[in-house]
Amino acid sequence: MDPAADPLIRLRNVTKTYGEGPTAFQALKGIDLDIQAGDFVAVMGPSGSGKSTTMNILGCLDVPSAGEFRFKGFHVESLDRDQRALLRRKYLGFVFQGFNLLARTSALENVELPLLYRGDPKGQRRDTAMAALDKVGLKQWWDHTPAELSGGQQQRVAIARAIVTNPDVLLADEPTGNLDSERSREIMELLKGLNEASGITVLMVTHEADMAAFARTIVHFKDGLVERIEDKRKVPA
Amino acid sequence: MFGTILILAVRSISRHKLRSFLTTLGIIIGVAAVVAMVTLGKATTAAAQKQIASLGTNILQVRPGQGFGRGGGGPRPPDFEEADVDAIRDQVEGVTAVAPQAQSTATVIYQGANWSTTINGTTASFFRVQPWPLVLGRQWTRAEEQAGKAVCIIGNTVRTNLYRGGDPVGTRMRVNGISCDVIGVLSTRGQGGFGDQDDVVIMPIKQVQRRFTGNREIRLMLVGTDPAYESAQIQASITQVLRERRHIEGGKADDFNIFDTAQISAAVTGVTTLLTSIVTAVAGISLVVGGIGIMNIMLVSVTERTREIGIRLAIGAVASEVLMQFLVEAVVLSMLGGLIGLLVAQGVVLGLGPLMQVDYLFDPQINMVAFAISALIGIVFGYFPAQRAASLNPIDALRHE
Repeated sequence: MDPAADPLIRLRNVTKTYGEGPTAFQALKGIDLDIQAGDFVAVMGPSGSGKSTTMNILGCLDVPSAGEFRFKGFHVESLDRDQRALLRRKYLGFVFQGFNLLARTSALENVELPLLYRGDPKGQRRDTAMAALDKVGLKQWWDHTPAELSGGQQQRVAIARAIVTNPDVLLADEPTGNLDSERSREIMELLKGLNEASGITVLMVTHEADMAAFARTIVHFKDGLVERIEDKRKVPA
Repeated sequence: MFGTILILAVRSISRHKLRSFLTTLGIIIGVAAVVAMVTLGKATTAAAQKQIASLGTNILQVRPGQGFGRGGGGPRPPDFEEADVDAIRDQVEGVTAVAPQAQSTATVIYQGANWSTTINGTTASFFRVQPWPLVLGRQWTRAEEQAGKAVCIIGNTVRTNLYRGGDPVGTRMRVNGISCDVIGVLSTRGQGGFGDQDDVVIMPIKQVQRRFTGNREIRLMLVGTDPAYESAQIQASITQVLRERRHIEGGKADDFNIFDTAQISAAVTGVTTLLTSIVTAVAGISLVVGGIGIMNIMLVSVTERTREIGIRLAIGAVASEVLMQFLVEAVVLSMLGGLIGLLVAQGVVLGLGPLMQVDYLFDPQINMVAFAISALIGIVFGYFPAQRAASLNPIDALRHE
């Protein structure tokens, strides 16, 4: 089967307008974008170019003002708030620039959180969360709270939390924005490894070309439109 | 799912112990105040009833004069006569026994120990009007009573002070200079609101009248009544008999009064119940204030935890789950507060009870009601903050600093 015929994510003529009347601001002016399952996509562009808005839509946190967003066959643009929450629960994982771990909560409990909402029984929850911590190399740190972990470690816990439910897509919003270059590289290696090992689709917003270099596809945004798409598989390094 | 939400709520509470404690403080105080007030009120009522019951149930006290204190001015109404006692006993239906009483105070002496006490002259009917068993010795015989012999039955307080708890039966003590054979010891009745009832020496009324009061008059009649008869009916009959015997014309007021312990008991209960409800209402207000306190802190907490809510929403929590989490948190907090409040209330009752001379009393009903109300407060005042948390937009919530 040709994967291009049925992409995991398909945006068609997606627009997003904030506000109404004369003060209305059009953040997205008609985006077309296909993302194949298993891809590693970096989204780049200056502030206000529409990349964050696109990521919010792709993360099912927001809906387009107009246009079509198909994800795994769902017409996301027509789903309500709770239906989108269930999509996120089942198919998406999030990694943020500021880590966004629950304070005063152990690494294990942070990673367990999505499983709690999924309704896994206690023992199974613990095992699954431990396995996820193991994948990011923090198994022995399971009982540490975020305050007792370094930035890089916190981001690893956040990644473990994002992948613990075996989602289809990992959305990372400037995951290395708060880290030094060495830690950044480690995080990128981790994401790349997860992408290659388990085939999870990674969508990552970044400002840094160094980080985008880890991706297979780079989407450049400008003024609410997709400016160009680099497919690095076609350009041998 | 509910189990999960409960876990989340309990985790969140235990992670913020001080904040949780401060949040529940209002509920703790409110519940403690309500439960302590109601419990103490009930205990006071029970204690008052017990004191009144110690006077004897189904007993009417008949005294000369109008009510307590014998009214103001005017000639003193005459005391009763022996014939009045007989008349009531014989003519009023429903009367089981009538005991006359003549009282005096005296100093009693035994082997160098002396004690000032009440001398109560009466007849053997005294023990038929009210059950007051002897722990030692015997009652006086009919012959001793009619002869007005100097025999006495002493209360426990007299025994303690004069005999240091020893057996006084068969000894002879001096009562205001008169020798008296001690023939019995009364069982203990204890301290009541009407003074120490055990601080008494009981003697045949004729002896008391002859030696101490110096007249044949009777200050008080204890009328034992058959519980099968209406107290009001008996009182009316007694009134009729006494008015006739004391020649009180129609239209003139009675110059004696009848005191029914059951009526007093009802009146005392009414007063304490009223006081209890007033104090409870005031305490109830503090419960509502406690609820508003919970709402305040929960609202602050929602604002403070906006980012956390954003994370939960991003991870895939649906609005109802966030709502339930905060609601359950509020309810768990208020129920915890309620529980602590109940414990504090028991402490207050245990601490204040002895000062107020009431026994500890656990009233399951008020405890359950107060606990249920604390849970209800959690729901009512927790809903609005929870609703606010659930309606947050995940994107804005995640950006919240």
